[in-house]
Amino acid sequence: MHPTPGSVALPSPAAVAHGIAVSIGGRTIWSGVDFRIERATFSVILGPNGAGKSTLLKAMLGLQPLSSGTLDVLGEPAGERRDRVGYVPQRGTFDRSVRIRGLDVVRLGLDGTRWGIPVPGRRARAERERVDALIRMVEADAYADRPIGQLSGGEQQRLIIAQALARDPEVLLLDEPLDGLDLSSQAAVSSLIQRICRERGVAVVMVAHDVNPILPYLDEVIYLAGGTAVCGSPEEVINGKTLSALFGTDVEVLRARDGRLVVVGQPEAPAIHTDRHHP
Amino acid sequence: MIGGIPGPLTYPFMVNALRAGTIVAVVAGALGWFMVLRRQTFAGHTLSLVGFPGAAGATLVGLSASLGYFTFCILAAAIFAAIPRRRSARAFSEESAVIGSVQSLMLASGFLFVSLYAGNLTGLNALLFGSFLGISNAQVLVLLAVGVPALIALAALCRPLLFESLDPEVAAAAGVRVRVVSVLFLILLGAAVAEASQITGSLLVFALLVLPPAAAQSLTPGPVAGVLLSMVVGVAVTWGGLVLAYYLPYPAGTFITSLSFGVYLVARAVRASRDRRTARRPVPAARVVEVA
Repeated sequence: MHPTPGSVALPSPAAVAHGIAVSIGGRTIWSGVDFRIERATFSVILGPNGAGKSTLLKAMLGLQPLSSGTLDVLGEPAGERRDRVGYVPQRGTFDRSVRIRGLDVVRLGLDGTRWGIPVPGRRARAERERVDALIRMVEADAYADRPIGQLSGGEQQRLIIAQALARDPEVLLLDEPLDGLDLSSQAAVSSLIQRICRERGVAVVMVAHDVNPILPYLDEVIYLAGGTAVCGSPEEVINGKTLSALFGTDVEVLRARDGRLVVVGQPEAPAIHTDRHHP
Repeated sequence: MIGGIPGPLTYPFMVNALRAGTIVAVVAGALGWFMVLRRQTFAGHTLSLVGFPGAAGATLVGLSASLGYFTFCILAAAIFAAIPRRRSARAFSEESAVIGSVQSLMLASGFLFVSLYAGNLTGLNALLFGSFLGISNAQVLVLLAVGVPALIALAALCRPLLFESLDPEVAAAAGVRVRVVSVLFLILLGAAVAEASQITGSLLVFALLVLPPAAAQSLTPGPVAGVLLSMVVGVAVTWGGLVLAYYLPYPAGTFITSLSFGVYLVARAVRASRDRRTARRPVPAARVVEVA
């Protein structure tokens, strides 16, 4: 499905937030956050550690109550359309001793909420074919029948993404899916996510601490810092002026010769501030 | 020499022992598979031990031992269900400390109840190590009456339970009521343990709950095949143990546990050699292409 922007009036957008805020244990994590995420777009939630990036994702899943504002996902309050939203949580990898096949993990995305034992029949065959198709799509056919605990981080991530896609979601939420992967797996998983977004028309929202592996694919950036957020295209948000205003301190964005962006001077970045000693 | 003894099936007590053993092994094999997957072995061990003070206490105050087994096991399961579960490899939970505390208190009370009961040592033996001989038809029916509903409940629960066991966060996001599922599983485990302990004793039930499932998980990573294999292994070692005990002058429990342990060792060896083989398998070409 290739949506053509402007020509067709699409149904309700993937997500719309109006002045949302979350407080946990009396502490406000962020407030006054507004954004609008269109269907079939690729968005990222950026921000320093502890800014509440995962909390925003949980709010979109309906697992984190808001203290104010409204947050609609696919035209209804967050959490109402769980069957249309895929989720890949932040995690280490599965423990080495987990002896369940990758394909069973994928299959749970399809029937894991259903009661009773699977009965053989036409439906079971159709579901098996669907699982196989998902595994082919993430190019995991070579190892999907091995215990998932024995696979590499990138291989596990592909299978977990396939699981999240099992019910053909319209929105896919991923929490740091590139965390802990080596550089080549990061590039491969990023391009896989981009393909899912473009070819299947899925609105992808992903939390990341490094924007560079996905920078070429991005439509929208939500940058969380200082208890609030700015939202816009990568060029609008990731620049010295916008980020300086957001952080309330002087922040510079440098572009390396290979196109990579480096944010210098954000208060929480330890390599720039706290590690610098002046003897 | 063995040829001179009549076959085991000529005696009703042996027939009932085999019947009871089969029911217990099937139920323990299925529930144990999930228990091992969920890393709740310690909770399962403690559930099987708390049956002992339950039964001893009930006997002491003149109630039926069965009532004691069920009350204590299900109560303990409810307590464990209230402890927040460990959510990931990095997020530790105080689960094991709470369970350990409950276990030591329960063992101490069990010992107290037994000594208050004027030194009936054969009773202690049966509570801990079971009494396979002298099982009545009525007891076999009771085992069926608890075991069959437990299996049906597990079958109804199995997919959400597998989902919750592997990935509670994603299961919750997909709409699985994770809390309900994990509480129900522990209660089911408590009931099945209480039922089985009355025949196998508090110690042996744990062998059937952990060894066949652990062996099955080493041998196959498929959930359906794993649960079936776990039940088959459980039944096979139970029959083997009972038949050996019929011919040899040692307790059935020892044979059943030793046979289970043997199967487990073999399964680990098979798994180790299989893992070595897959580790040597070359990287599939497709992955190299897409990185470039």
